[in-house]
Amino acid sequence: MSEMQNMSSQTRPPLADTPQRGANLRRIKRRPSVRKALLLLGIVVATGLLLPFFAPQNPYDLASFSVMDNRLPPGSEGMNGEIFWLGTDSQGRDMLSAIFYGLRISLLVGLVATAIALIIGVTVGLAAAVFGGRVETLLMRLVDFILGFPTILVALVMLAVIGRGVDKVILAIVVVQWANYARIMRSAALVERKKEYVEAAYNLGYSRLRIMFRHIMPNSLSAVLVVATIQVASAITLEATLSFLGVGVPVTEPSLGLLVANGFDFLMSGDYWISFFPGLALLVLIFSLNLAGDRLRTALDPKRS
Amino acid sequence: MLLFTLQRMLQSIAVLLAVSVAVFLAVYAVGDPVELLVNPEATQLEREAMVSRLGLDQPVWMQYFTFLSNAVQGDMGTSFVHAEPALQLILSRMPATFELVFLAMLVASIIGIPLGLYVGLKEENRIARAIMTGSIFGYSIPSFWKGMVLILFFAVWLQWLPASGRGETVSVFGIPFSFLTVDGLRHLAMPVINLAIPNIALITRLTAAGASEARMQDYVKFARAKGVREKRIVRRHILRNILIPIITVLGVEFGSLIAFSTITETVFAWPGMGKLLITSIYQLDRPVVVAYVMLVTFIFVVVNLLVDFTYALLDPRVSLSERMS
Repeated sequence: MSEMQNMSSQTRPPLADTPQRGANLRRIKRRPSVRKALLLLGIVVATGLLLPFFAPQNPYDLASFSVMDNRLPPGSEGMNGEIFWLGTDSQGRDMLSAIFYGLRISLLVGLVATAIALIIGVTVGLAAAVFGGRVETLLMRLVDFILGFPTILVALVMLAVIGRGVDKVILAIVVVQWANYARIMRSAALVERKKEYVEAAYNLGYSRLRIMFRHIMPNSLSAVLVVATIQVASAITLEATLSFLGVGVPVTEPSLGLLVANGFDFLMSGDYWISFFPGLALLVLIFSLNLAGDRLRTALDPKRS
Repeated sequence: MLLFTLQRMLQSIAVLLAVSVAVFLAVYAVGDPVELLVNPEATQLEREAMVSRLGLDQPVWMQYFTFLSNAVQGDMGTSFVHAEPALQLILSRMPATFELVFLAMLVASIIGIPLGLYVGLKEENRIARAIMTGSIFGYSIPSFWKGMVLILFFAVWLQWLPASGRGETVSVFGIPFSFLTVDGLRHLAMPVINLAIPNIALITRLTAAGASEARMQDYVKFARAKGVREKRIVRRHILRNILIPIITVLGVEFGSLIAFSTITETVFAWPGMGKLLITSIYQLDRPVVVAYVMLVTFIFVVVNLLVDFTYALLDPRVSLSERMS
């Protein structure tokens, strides 16, 4: 197999339009703003996943905090002499620890939901582009149908029917997001399908599935992955919003959105820290994801290079 | 044009039917519809009357047919909590939501279009890049938290603006509006800003992309070569040409803003459709939820239809046969 490739490359030039896998990576590396954005993103994701290990207390362990310490402002000292840098909530829970744990839940829901939606969307988009015909029409009509509605409405009503829970929130996010990837994947794959190297693969008698996943997919994935960065942000926003509205994650697993909701009742009495700081953490997370996505898109935009 | 109109209308009806099937399945097939649609406090006799009225003793396809024919006649059931027809209840909340959404779009356009033009015309300038990064920030802020921070600053700390409600309203043709009174405007300020911010970002980016493309076009170069003043070029040549896609997006956005205003309405206790939806979900008032979904879908479909037609009328280059594919 490799001998054959060697031979052909010696005797004649490579097929026209054969993509160079390294090109995208080089484009990304050339831009300092992309590197900065990715670095910021990496730091946020890593801290989000690791922070619970550094949390001063475990907000799920009822023994580790006391109701006596409830609603203390940031920087105040608790009963046992510990300092609550971001204050405490109505149960006396350290907000900093609650945010560390909440950040991980938000991040996990966003990443898992996006990963599942990505796999479904990419497969559907590829299948539509490769099989064509009635399969394509049917799948793409479904995609148009789903994308025709505001995500928040679909997710909200879905959860109102099936009830709250981490798995259910992930399901709702997958339902509203997979269609995005399917649409982008299909258009990228349609371009790729017409190129000579794919035709060559067909002529070699490879199966459709192999061509789909080994040849077309890797070469049309970059557009989808850029969108995925932004979609993680919107998945996290969606989860937070649903949790804030009371149909998202359960109270036993408070994400950042739920923490904000918990503080809402105390806002009017001026106890701002219970909802302000979790929201701020959420904002940093979403902003860094959106920024990285935007920089990536600019770097990979063929019109700009 | 006739064929195009007909085809688009058929598509819209198909979408409505598909949604009605989805809603029907969610309410009737997944759970026990008697449980979901009959008031838990109803007596045995009332239950039986309800079961036969909704046709719940019939086969599933007959049930769907009953559901559909009731819905077409505007009967989406009766709210358990308010003991009022669900559709009528939602329609009575509609003006409040429309007022909010309409003003938010207006504010977003007034701020977003000039910002976008500036960015599109002076792309590599430092302020322009700051605006673009700012726009990413603008749509990154979670809507509910942003509303709470607004309340914290303007209602709790500064005490300038009221935190909730609609304030004093004036009746125009029997429909109450807040924006005609000073008190109403004070109540509107924060919810409108909250809803407008992500849309300012959206319109800015859209206008910027359009303007930066348009300024490289031959007709702009020609106008400049002819000695047309810069202001006139921007207004007559660039803005006019990029307005069509902006209007299209604004139209589509109108529908999704109605859904998104749910969050803003909840934070500011604004008595609109979205607040009603959330309360109905909490109170398990299923008929209202079903009616809301069907109504918003209907609004969505109509708006999309109108946008498509306006687009076809405004832009003579849009080939109708192309759009039909």
